[in-house]
Amino acid sequence: MAFKSTRPDEIVFRIATGAFAVLLIGLVAAIGVELYRQSQLSIKEFGWQFWQTDTWDPVAGQFGARPFIWGTLYSSILALIFSTPIALGIAIFISELAPNWAKWPLVFLTELLAAIPSIVYGLWGIFVLVPVVRQLEVATPQWMKVIPLFSGPPLGVGMLSAALILAIMVIPFSSSVAREVLKSVPQAQREGAYALGATRWEAIRMALFYARTGIVGAVMLGFGRALGETMAVTMVIGNSPQIKWSLFAPQYTMAAVIANEFTEAGDELHLHALIEIGLVLFIITLIVNMISRMFIWSMGRQKRPRVAQTAAVKAAA
Amino acid sequence: MTRDTYRRGLSHVIVGLCGLAVLLALIPLILVLFYVVSKGIASLNWAFLTQMPKPVGEPGGGMANAIVGSLIVSTLGALFAIPIGIISGVYAAEYAGTRIASATRFAADTLNGVPSIVIGVFAYGLAVLPFRQFSAVAGGLALGIMMIPLIMRTTEELLRLVPSSLKEGALALGATRARAVFTVVLPAALPGIMTGILLALARIAGETAPLLFTALNSRFFNTDVRQPISTLTVQVFTYATSAYEDWHRQAWAGALALVTIVFACSLLARVATARMERLQRGS
Repeated sequence: MAFKSTRPDEIVFRIATGAFAVLLIGLVAAIGVELYRQSQLSIKEFGWQFWQTDTWDPVAGQFGARPFIWGTLYSSILALIFSTPIALGIAIFISELAPNWAKWPLVFLTELLAAIPSIVYGLWGIFVLVPVVRQLEVATPQWMKVIPLFSGPPLGVGMLSAALILAIMVIPFSSSVAREVLKSVPQAQREGAYALGATRWEAIRMALFYARTGIVGAVMLGFGRALGETMAVTMVIGNSPQIKWSLFAPQYTMAAVIANEFTEAGDELHLHALIEIGLVLFIITLIVNMISRMFIWSMGRQKRPRVAQTAAVKAAA
Repeated sequence: MTRDTYRRGLSHVIVGLCGLAVLLALIPLILVLFYVVSKGIASLNWAFLTQMPKPVGEPGGGMANAIVGSLIVSTLGALFAIPIGIISGVYAAEYAGTRIASATRFAADTLNGVPSIVIGVFAYGLAVLPFRQFSAVAGGLALGIMMIPLIMRTTEELLRLVPSSLKEGALALGATRARAVFTVVLPAALPGIMTGILLALARIAGETAPLLFTALNSRFFNTDVRQPISTLTVQVFTYATSAYEDWHRQAWAGALALVTIVFACSLLARVATARMERLQRGS
């Protein structure tokens, strides 16, 4: 705990370092304020209409951003569906199953996956993943194409490629948080399960249940990452503002439209419309991140008394 | 008995699935690295590192301007982020219980989650729009904002690891709090803080989105920070989305250079951390 001193040099130190701390807080607030200020034209002109219409035509001055919201949410949710089982599997494997000598290299490898820059994933996506996805789409049998999910021409670029790339990029984030969360499950819980005759999976299931809030937090953290991911998605999603269920259809995301059109935005209304999309993206990721951190924190709090208990047991033994 | 067999069978299946998940995640890692290395190595040569980009259609040329540009923009970002990150970290560690300290921590975590493209838009509004001029400074500002939370959090955590007896000793000798922190506590934590800065650099070295409309791009060799500047990542993006075979080759070479830089930074940081942990255990 800080104790308050009235010595002048102490007060100077406190104010001088505090100023930087306040600057950091102000910076986050400034992002919100600045984005709001710079999107005034579009907010005034369109109001809620902006998020309820589908026509995006900068030349005609018509801006409806619903397809971008759709594309961002749809691609991120698909990415979560692909990535969550794998991320959890990795977390379980590293924290519960792998022998000690194998843990360190596995953690290192998943960290490498996180270290590869987005632009490199995008480059790889364009030249390697998209052709493969196109072949998959060509090979899709006719009876499957009747389903809306698989309808449309096989282009390669589109929702499926974007979701796959996003899934790859999100895996290291959610798996490393899930691993930390699993690590915080007291060993006594597992030992108790084994003592009652549980199989390995039953003990793991118990640990998962114990860590459930933290794991939800880990998945949501990955969701937040996916929502804001820009370059790789921009390069493979096809950049076509339309609302479709089809995995094969080229679509668009909020981050991608900003990346593509920002420097070309000729008139001020177009620029403000793009910044408004940025503002909403900022707010959505803020909320998602806050909720996920709340989940992860609550996990940390519930852990502490148990840790104290096991420590007490060990001390008594 | 049959129920028992079922339970054991299920357990084996799930254990197998978890192993499969690890393999599944390794496939993209291996594929990405394989393609980046095999396609990049052919074009990553001396000319790539030292020559300027050639006009469309002329083969050859390199990314010398983009490499220098990336260095300049990253340095500007670090210059901006290091003081703010370290000093706000000092505040959060020294006055850990206060409301401002928790607000700072919260702000840093929030900033860490803000999409990089949004930071780019913010930097555009702050440093491009008022001057009607894309510039290296604006790009550095965007990257700096992304570095701050990482540096602040590592500084705070490492300062807390320094034994409080060190600071108390300095205070007992009559040092002011500022002197105790800046001449005793901070130097003790310095290697760790350097590691944090290195990791922050590794993170921003691969960033493209915040540079697209701040530093923009440039065909020229530019060292004037008030002018638009070319960077490795934006150059790779431009080349990758172009229609020219020769530019695609260069994009792969650029990607290989990027991956090498990012991995080198993270590896260096990792080695430093491991060494520090050994030292701490030894003492």
